[in-house]
Amino acid sequence: MSLELVVSDIFRNYDGRPVLEGCSASFRESGTYVVMGQNGSGKSTFLRICAMIEEPDRGEVTFFSGSSPLKKDIRLKRRITLLLPKVGIFNSTVVGNVAYGLRVRGLPGRECDRKADKALDFVGLLHKRNQKALTLSSGETQRLGIARALVIDPEIFFLDEPTASIDRENTEIVEDILLRMKKDRRSIVIMTTHDIAQAERLADRMLVMRDGKLSEKTF
Amino acid sequence: MDSIIDGFLKAFSLIFTLDRELIAIITLSLQVSGMAIVIAALIGIPAGAVTGLMKFPGRGFLITLSNTFMGLPPVAVGLFLYLILSRSGPLGFMALLYTPSAMIIAQTILALPIVSSLCHSSIVSVPPIIGQAASTLGATPYQRAVAIVKEARHGIFAGIIAGLGRVMAEVGAILIVGGNIAGYTRVMTTTIALETDKGNFELALALGIILVIISLIINMVLYIFQKKGAQTKA
Repeated sequence: MSLELVVSDIFRNYDGRPVLEGCSASFRESGTYVVMGQNGSGKSTFLRICAMIEEPDRGEVTFFSGSSPLKKDIRLKRRITLLLPKVGIFNSTVVGNVAYGLRVRGLPGRECDRKADKALDFVGLLHKRNQKALTLSSGETQRLGIARALVIDPEIFFLDEPTASIDRENTEIVEDILLRMKKDRRSIVIMTTHDIAQAERLADRMLVMRDGKLSEKTF
Repeated sequence: MDSIIDGFLKAFSLIFTLDRELIAIITLSLQVSGMAIVIAALIGIPAGAVTGLMKFPGRGFLITLSNTFMGLPPVAVGLFLYLILSRSGPLGFMALLYTPSAMIIAQTILALPIVSSLCHSSIVSVPPIIGQAASTLGATPYQRAVAIVKEARHGIFAGIIAGLGRVMAEVGAILIVGGNIAGYTRVMTTTIALETDKGNFELALALGIILVIISLIINMVLYIFQKKGAQTKA
């Protein structure tokens, strides 16, 4: 059964400042959902809450498989992933970084390497597999973050501003990766961006975050 | 001046002829300090990890205590340990006073705050994004903690090396609890002190040279780890 996400009426305050105010949305079908909004509108908070990195003050984030809601345990957490704007690279090799998610799931070393190589090939970084990950450029780092997330085959993949801090060339590469993922249509991809043109290129559905609420944007 | 030159020549002669007494003293020094740093690491790394990764009541007090104990005067440690291990002390029945074990305990007490404090500060200086990244990739809380400790590894090793540097050069505590017994508890630093008092400079100088070389090696290793740690944060 594929994973579905329903967000119901969530609220979140930071130091008394409301960020999310009764935000609701549902993500039931595979495809790319793009959440747009101005800086500080609450897009990242929304993603972090959806990815169970942060708790809402009120409201519910529920994952379904079929009609039954799922318990928020490590098994569920391992079916989703979030790529943060700052990737958080481990001080090891490129392939070591990509294999991390597989190793924590207890996969044998050879299997980890095989899958990691495949993911690195997908993002065009296979030739750098043995390089120290901290020596990569910011664009390459972002692609490494995508490979690290893709290798665990997430059913829901959250990306928080994946191209915000990289140059145009790498933005095109990242967008190409996201478009290829979209072709597969195997999972739900939910990403945030403030770039309208990018959103139009990538989205199956566009959502707008305004006044702490999400609304559908029609093309 | 001649006596100094003569002393150095005789010292080098002792080193190059691998004088048995000299080797025995160096071996015991390395054994005592090596064992002390291993024990200090076994206790200090988990302690530093707990204070670095977990929030609990009294955490701040423990961190302050550990930082304060980094500067413990060795003679004070020696005195307290002497009182505890002496025949009339609470652990007198173990008959550890004037044994290498007592010296290991003393050096462990001196190294432990250094190892745990530097381990703690290395762990807290790991960017929070590392833990978040581990979580988003499916790490359990334990695996997340391991990922953070692994990121802090260069700082942790630097703490161990700094602790080793301190105990290798230490004299006050081990002199009090070891007693400086020839062939049993006599190590490099206590021998240097004794032989200097006796005016026997050759052995003292030879050991001094070896101690400086060991200290140099320790500091070179420390520098390498600190440099690697700095690269990690870059």
